[in-house]
Amino acid sequence: MTPLMDLKNLRVRFHTDEGMVKAVNGVSYAMEPGEILGVVGESGCGKSVHALSIMRLIQTPPGKIESGQVIFNDRDLLKLSESEMRHVRGREIAMIFQDPMTSLNPVYTVGFQIVEALKLHKGLDEKAARERAAELLTLVGIPGARQRLDDYPHQFSGGMRQRAMIAMALSCEPQLLIADEPTTALDVTIQAQIVDLVIRLQQELGMAVMWITHDLGVVAEMAYKINVMYAGYIIERGQVRDIYKKTRHPYTIGLLGSLPRIDEPPGTKLVSIPGLPPDLLALPTGCPFYARCTYRVERCLEENPSLEEADGVEHTVACWRWEHIAGRVSS
Amino acid sequence: MNNAAKTLVRVDNLKKYFPIYQGVILQQHVGDIKAVDDVSFVIYQGETLGLVGETGSGKTTVGRTMLRLYEPTAGKIFFEDTDLTEMQGGDLRKIRARMQMIFQDPYASLNPRMTVGSILSAPLEVHGYWKGREKRERVDNLLEMVGLNPDFVNRYPHEFSGGQRQRICIARALALNPDLVVCDEPISSLDVSIQAQVVNLLEELQHKLGLTYLFIAHDLSMVRHISDRMAVMYLGKIVELADRNEIYLRSLHPYTQALMSAVPMPDPDAARSRKRIILEGDIPSPANPPKGCNFNTRCPFAKEICFEQDPDYREIKPGHWVACHFAEDFL
Repeated sequence: MTPLMDLKNLRVRFHTDEGMVKAVNGVSYAMEPGEILGVVGESGCGKSVHALSIMRLIQTPPGKIESGQVIFNDRDLLKLSESEMRHVRGREIAMIFQDPMTSLNPVYTVGFQIVEALKLHKGLDEKAARERAAELLTLVGIPGARQRLDDYPHQFSGGMRQRAMIAMALSCEPQLLIADEPTTALDVTIQAQIVDLVIRLQQELGMAVMWITHDLGVVAEMAYKINVMYAGYIIERGQVRDIYKKTRHPYTIGLLGSLPRIDEPPGTKLVSIPGLPPDLLALPTGCPFYARCTYRVERCLEENPSLEEADGVEHTVACWRWEHIAGRVSS
Repeated sequence: MNNAAKTLVRVDNLKKYFPIYQGVILQQHVGDIKAVDDVSFVIYQGETLGLVGETGSGKTTVGRTMLRLYEPTAGKIFFEDTDLTEMQGGDLRKIRARMQMIFQDPYASLNPRMTVGSILSAPLEVHGYWKGREKRERVDNLLEMVGLNPDFVNRYPHEFSGGQRQRICIARALALNPDLVVCDEPISSLDVSIQAQVVNLLEELQHKLGLTYLFIAHDLSMVRHISDRMAVMYLGKIVELADRNEIYLRSLHPYTQALMSAVPMPDPDAARSRKRIILEGDIPSPANPPKGCNFNTRCPFAKEICFEQDPDYREIKPGHWVACHFAEDFL
């Protein structure tokens, strides 16, 4: 199958007063049509910046996409003109963000904002667009959708605003939905509703979903594949079961150990990762995880490992010592 | 917790209403936000009581009112045998040295113009226990205790990362050797790997210093990890309180059951095989709670009586408290 999106060696830099921030350092992977990909990492690991770069929403300056290709539907998005790109955003790739309150315009009604997108991208007239907007709000589970079209964002609750954002994102039936921490600001029961909704819509509409999160819990349930990012690199990538059951990178192991499980037996100790992530202004020459790693050897200080095949299906790890770690974990 | 454990705090029928006024010149009292509505519980010496609930459930207000940072509308708060609601001025200040608080946002809760040294000396000066060299030694001690280098005393908060700042907040809370520490979402603003560091530190300090915690958070897995007993709040009321295992394995309130089932699990097999209860709708406004049981708008089992009568909060078996008309049916 030809991939929906093929990302090749994406590098993104920010030129700031303090120096050059190496936000994304050579990220390559492909996404199949209809796939759910989880992108996991902590603040500053480049997960959001890489997604914004795909949409070409990086503010330039200070940001700059230094190199790479984003092949989407057989063309390189990074080579398109700004007006061509405007047709891609929303129509082919849509994005939803963490905070639905700041992504909705508070002075326009929710209906107006959805109708606007439909008129622009789909060329519908006012009446048909309103009709479609009401359908979309119903689809994402907002009761009394037709009346709620005339509500302003502040009249919606947090969960409903995120639903409205999803409705807006779906309005042009994109092939890829990028969801950047869409449930982080929401409560557990509302998070469950949104996760459920996205899984249902993905199955009904057959679109691919990239779910960006810092929480390995949320994506375990829905993702087919997971990219784990650290300091602008993908450090482990694989099918969801391999990431959780055959974890090979010390950082991924640390992340899982830091996370308490609701079903954990009493007396469980959390295994935290010591130290802090590296400063992106001054990345080490060797492995970026070196300073915090318990498995490090001298080679890790000098050479930065690139992704290589590990055990499992399409499972890749950027660690010199993954085989040693695999032996330790299973024995 | 065994029954022989000494009670440190007892809260009886605590209420905290925030009045709503309307009008600019002639302000009229038109209603109340019932942030905390008739809550009773005890905290035993040396234990961690976890308090979970969604946004707007009143969990933070319980913590603050308990320390009388808010004036309670009604109810009693006993700290050992002293009734805090009767205390004023100097007496209150004196007893407050024994109960401290750690806040959610380590960026907002540290004065950016004060050095770490002066932040940590402030409580020592106010309560006048330590002076001169003794005070400086105490500050060094505190920094060491929370895993920071004592050479940092002359640095300012902006020079520290979020996790390190939270350590400073913990050190400040411990400066006066308190018995009780109210931790109000102490880790929600931190990255996953840093959360585990801070939680491990809190556990270690509790062990070493015999502290008692009220741990308030919305992350159920983390609360269950750190707590001995857990209370679940919904719309200003405690709906269930029990031992950490009891409440997970044998929860009796439909809200607790839904909450537990909605927690993300970092394990694809477990996450996909379990049965999730997805609640519909949002938490109602605490200014206008529904008649009868607070949860009746979202409860999958609601019957006639739930819309008429507020269920009693009762001890259904030793140590297990619940407020549901049909709790006996789940036994």
